[in-house]
Amino acid sequence: MPTQIPLVDYLELGDAPHLVAQECTACGARYFDRRNACAGCFGTEFRSVPVGTEGTLRSFTIVAHAAPGVATPFVAGVVDVDGTSVKSNIINIPPDPEHVRLGMKVRLATLVVGTDDAGTDAIGFGFEPAEGD
Amino acid sequence: MAADDIWILGIRMTKFGKHPDRDTIDLAAEASMAALADGGVTMADIGILAFGNLRGPSTGQMLQKQIGQTGIPVFNVANACATGATALRTAIMAIKAGECEMGLAVGVEKLAGAGLLSGNAAQSDVNVYEPSGRVGEVAPLDGRIGTVTMPGVFAQVGMEYLYNHDYTGAEFELFARISQKNHAHSTLNPLAAYTKEMSLEQIMGDVMIAYPNTRSMCSANCDGAAAAVLVSDQKLRTLSARQQARAIKIRASVLTSDPWQEACQVLPDVNTLTRAAAKQAYEAAGVGPEDLDLVELHDCFATAELVHYDNLGLCAPGGAVDLFESGATNRNGNMPVNVSGGLESKGHPIAATGIANVWEVCHHLRGEAGDRQIDGARMGLAHVIGLGSACGVHILESASA
Ligand SMILES: [Zn+2]
Repeated sequence: MPTQIPLVDYLELGDAPHLVAQECTACGARYFDRRNACAGCFGTEFRSVPVGTEGTLRSFTIVAHAAPGVATPFVAGVVDVDGTSVKSNIINIPPDPEHVRLGMKVRLATLVVGTDDAGTDAIGFGFEPAEGD
Repeated sequence: MAADDIWILGIRMTKFGKHPDRDTIDLAAEASMAALADGGVTMADIGILAFGNLRGPSTGQMLQKQIGQTGIPVFNVANACATGATALRTAIMAIKAGECEMGLAVGVEKLAGAGLLSGNAAQSDVNVYEPSGRVGEVAPLDGRIGTVTMPGVFAQVGMEYLYNHDYTGAEFELFARISQKNHAHSTLNPLAAYTKEMSLEQIMGDVMIAYPNTRSMCSANCDGAAAAVLVSDQKLRTLSARQQARAIKIRASVLTSDPWQEACQVLPDVNTLTRAAAKQAYEAAGVGPEDLDLVELHDCFATAELVHYDNLGLCAPGGAVDLFESGATNRNGNMPVNVSGGLESKGHPIAATGIANVWEVCHHLRGEAGDRQIDGARMGLAHVIGLGSACGVHILESASA
């Protein structure tokens, strides 16, 4: 089995892959990157919290035209996971507005996004339809 | 007149479009000299220059060398797509602070053929993965975790509005019809980059950029400049009757950034700061949306225009679709929006936009807009937003009001 590395440090791999947020201990605001202070309440203490893996598609676009090197078309969206907004591609679905619908239930899935010269797979994430379609 | 009022004495935009033989300084100089002439003053009268040219290479000092060097302070400002409004606001603040009696604000950009405004850089994977950057990424993220392209970001902004308000209609067609309205408006604007009426079929059948935005639903990249001369109330009183009659009163000048909101780290929040700017502007002016005769808002994409109807309070909360469907935002409706053709057809030379939309409103308030004149226009609002984010709102009123 090839070695794996997460595409981003807030994706935790393993038996139950999930995203990890930095949560402000004072107000509960969540961030996927590091902050010197909470942008909402200026608190400076954060704790790592797992983010759920099921959510609702709150918005999306189907990108047909992107920079060189970016494969198109792809679906980019915002998933509401129990009040935590997650930026993600919507995967394992035909990239057209007949299939991708606002409000659809989705769940986290991982995928190999590339392999480097050392044979290491980069593992990314997306959200896929959670209901049979 | 009130002692602390600030007025627009002269204002002008160049034709927006392709200017292959002229550089940013040529365009900025044309707009500046035209604005000075419009106001009946010269560089000798100007006490501050605020200059915006987001993508370079020019500065206010380079403009001075072209039109007049008097040693006045120059502020080179940058604030994404709100750069022009920020230049305007900077000059207004200087006059308000009593630093000078008259200021010149200029915005210029050369963008013709620039492609996507963001996410335009080619990206490729490295040979051996090594985490780097703020989220320890091992490979480029655009296209792998969402999109950074402006058409894609603003597509999501519009779609989110529909989701939040349980829209069940045909979304693609809805946004395309907003674009159709603005393209129709542009046919009356000789300074617009594109002045062709477009059918719904043409718009929906155009090249898809980021669903639901096709190419003709995106702001047009083009070249252009705009400039404005600002003056204090006290100074205006010393000028001629004609200058006083054509002066436009700035009833409100507001600049905001986005306060923290739960989702703003994953999708830029263009709503909260626009709502805040509108609220502050209406309060400062002591007026409401019902007092406006026309609005120029930041339709960088068709999907953006819809949400700003609501953000600027032009409709009841959640009522943006109903407002549009009522025809109110057509030039013959009771809340005309983007009678210039908007960014989708007039064009969007970034730093010029936040002054050019003020020019459009002033043009109507002075009764000088010719074929596209909104009859009897006395008060108007100009709005811009730059991602990141920055929002500028100006409420303007004719001198005779
Ligand atoms: Zn906090």
